[in-house]
Amino acid sequence: MRTKKVTFRHRWLPYLLVAPQIAITIVFFIWPASQALYQSVLRQDAFGLRTEFVGLQNFARLFADPLYIKSFFTTIAFSAMVAGLSMLVALILAVMADRVIRRATVYRTLLIWPYAVAPAVAGVLWWFLFNPTIGIAAYALDQLGYDWNHYSSGSDAMALIVIAAAWRQVSYNFLFFLAGLQAIPRSLTEAAAIDGAGPFKRFWSIQMPLLSPTVFFLIVVNVVYAFFETFGIVHATTSGGPGNATNILVYKVWRDAFEGLNLGSSAAQSVVLMVIVIALTAIQFRYIERRVEY
Amino acid sequence: MANISIDTIKKIYPGGVEVIPGLSLDIAAGELCVLVGPSGCGKSTLLRMVAGLEEVTEGEIRIGGRRVNDLEPAARDISMVFQNYALYPHMSVFDNMAYGLRNRRMPKPEIRTRVDAAAGALGLEGFLDRKPRQLSGGQRQRVAMGRAIVREPAAFLFDEPLSNLDAKLRVKTRVEIRALQQRLGTTSIYVTHDQLEAMTLADKLVVMHAGRIEQVGPPLGVYERPATAFVAGFIGSPPMNFLPGEAHTTGVRLDNGVDIALPGLTGGRVDLGVRPEDLHVDPAGPVELSVRVVERLGATANVHGRLAGTDAEIIASLSGTDLPAPGDTLRLTAGAGKWHVFDAAQGIRLL
Amino acid sequence: MVERRPLLTFIQHAVLILGAAIFVFPIYLAFVASTHTAQEVNTGIPLLPGDEMWTNYAQVLGEGLSTVGAPPLGLMLFNSAVMALSITAGKIAISLLSSFAIVYFRFPFRVLAFWTIFITLMLPVEVRILPTYEVVASLGMLNSYAGLSIPLIASATATFLFRQFFMTVPDELTEAARIDGAGPMKFFRDILVPLSRTNLAALFVILFIYGWNQYLWPLLVTTDESYYTIVMGIQRMANAGEETPQWHLIMATAIMALLPPVVVILGMQRLFVRGLVEVEK
Repeated sequence: MRTKKVTFRHRWLPYLLVAPQIAITIVFFIWPASQALYQSVLRQDAFGLRTEFVGLQNFARLFADPLYIKSFFTTIAFSAMVAGLSMLVALILAVMADRVIRRATVYRTLLIWPYAVAPAVAGVLWWFLFNPTIGIAAYALDQLGYDWNHYSSGSDAMALIVIAAAWRQVSYNFLFFLAGLQAIPRSLTEAAAIDGAGPFKRFWSIQMPLLSPTVFFLIVVNVVYAFFETFGIVHATTSGGPGNATNILVYKVWRDAFEGLNLGSSAAQSVVLMVIVIALTAIQFRYIERRVEY
Repeated sequence: MANISIDTIKKIYPGGVEVIPGLSLDIAAGELCVLVGPSGCGKSTLLRMVAGLEEVTEGEIRIGGRRVNDLEPAARDISMVFQNYALYPHMSVFDNMAYGLRNRRMPKPEIRTRVDAAAGALGLEGFLDRKPRQLSGGQRQRVAMGRAIVREPAAFLFDEPLSNLDAKLRVKTRVEIRALQQRLGTTSIYVTHDQLEAMTLADKLVVMHAGRIEQVGPPLGVYERPATAFVAGFIGSPPMNFLPGEAHTTGVRLDNGVDIALPGLTGGRVDLGVRPEDLHVDPAGPVELSVRVVERLGATANVHGRLAGTDAEIIASLSGTDLPAPGDTLRLTAGAGKWHVFDAAQGIRLL
Repeated sequence: MVERRPLLTFIQHAVLILGAAIFVFPIYLAFVASTHTAQEVNTGIPLLPGDEMWTNYAQVLGEGLSTVGAPPLGLMLFNSAVMALSITAGKIAISLLSSFAIVYFRFPFRVLAFWTIFITLMLPVEVRILPTYEVVASLGMLNSYAGLSIPLIASATATFLFRQFFMTVPDELTEAARIDGAGPMKFFRDILVPLSRTNLAALFVILFIYGWNQYLWPLLVTTDESYYTIVMGIQRMANAGEETPQWHLIMATAIMALLPPVVVILGMQRLFVRGLVEVEK
């Protein structure tokens, strides 16, 4: 790893400088994570009196548990929908905003701020909007002949948290798409226009290929977001229901730990989540490395 | 004012790359010493070792008689002007110049006096409150100079201070630096790759090549009697012509069979050097040039061509209006004492 | 735009305006709801603001929803501000110091230190919920501002950003400072930190939003309602059991909860956008 060519020399100062961050990382990150790893191979009896080593049994039970498998697929479907919806909407808006350069910042201002809204608050806002008895969106759907009820319908509840999660994320994606589009040299699109390509053709043959690194990057970021940062949306609104229809992994790990008090299982779930984050982070960094090359 | 003495120093980078294999140099108090050479010759490394920015692997550096090898740059009583000026972008011109003085806990009124004096000398009076980005390239260069002189150090170190300026400003600033240094009388080391800058500025010219000193001396001395073929080719523009030949006791026989009488040689392959500006037209001259290109510079013209019967390229700087055309053949000669003879293998001056 | 196509331009603006409208709508409606009485909200939502704004906001700010055990909004806002600002200041401070050490010094274990910091990226709170809770509990940090903020202030992101920025600072500035007699800490204070101002501001926005919007963590470490933060407090109101939710007050709370980060993001938009795109590079 690189340092500066020009460095300072000091016997103990650098250690003093890194100490606070290292201390916090060890106490609150590395130690708990290793505890999770350790607990994931143990089982406590019902009274918490005895613990015994059970190897990979917790994991085996986890993956044999239909509830967990269901939660897994729920999470994957949820992430795919959040990433897909938020990126699609953001891309459309960014392409439009990119073309009207002159007012792009005005639109950016209008579109940027949902990013500042906490996922939990976003959840509550949409929860209210779609409330079956007083929500205006539910009312509108009713007029169209659809009986919306996220208290009883699993798919309605899922749609609700997808919308709430995607709403907030569109801002983020929009910023990156806009930055990506504006980084494409004008001369390229101009050259294509001179070559006789219309706006749509230009988008597909020039802008989209040049934007593909951004697309890839955002897919990873959005999946990470949907996997790990949406706890608040679920917790503040559906509480995983109805009938576990919105019981995503981060919500389940919390519930099993703090409501189910199932230590071994919760630890095993934590470890599975850790593996997922590490994999996603690795992908992200490979991508960053690749981008550095160009 | 202090002398600087560099005593058999070596610089070996971790990994074993030897940049300076052992070099000594003495610079007298008040002297302006210019280190010149192509990039990678070790001149900047040498300067940075004097500054304390690079460690000395072996040997000793003394400033004013004091060994400085293990001193921090700030404790060496030197100041430095960097190629990119290294002005602190968030500080005003005044603060840029005052920073080093404040760190030395100089009383405020004295800082004020010194900075004002330096600003006056450099024509920066009106700019003290500006930030570096609000200045032109030339002004920034002068701020960098100002930061060096307010310290009133034992020595100035210049690391290619003019290479970021445009040609016209470079000439002007060169003159200013020379005048300033003479007025202050501060010992200076000046690094450049521009031989013209080196020639015009130096009291003492040091030509470096591959980590070694090729020649030390007053600029004119180096120009008139280059010690090696490398120095001969590096100092002077356009560069010296080299005509390959064979030495005899009576002179040099060029590869095309022409003899040039130069007593005092023994034998062996040599390169016969002659500067373009020392060549002049003489119908009886020994050098026969087939002209390929004529570059007119105004007062003079550079005539490019080949030594008849060989591949050796020759440039002659001729004045006058009666210039040859491409395809012509010219006969040229040079005055006595204008020929330089170098050993072909070693490049060492023989005559 | 390469050529003139009035229709296309019209469509673009239409799409953008529609998009922006959809974006604003939930918040607008929340605001509308927060300005009516409970009865008005529960019998068909009005589309225009009512005149109960001051009453509703005064109630949530002053008394809170005592029926569902949520403390007054004023206290929760204060708690959120303390948490967000501590996290922001803490992250910036420790990241500045550690990236300075990693970039400007060569010392044994430097690479190990870097990877130790890096690993925090891979371990969000969500994947180590219970053990982290246990650590904080055993340190006696439950129900305290320290417990709310300190465990969250390790940040690989901020460390990376500063590292990246420091790598672009010309070496000559460091050398000039050394010649000017500045030691490492003087250089850090007089030159490096002032040069990082833009990055500091951008990070401030990002981290403030991050800190303010924390949800799971305050949920875990606070049981004493006087330490509730507003973002988690809103959930207490929304899930008020069998009682009919007091939507007009919940929405007033939501508006208060989202106002501070939205003001910060809009006020420092330029820096935020630059910082965000920079951080992820």
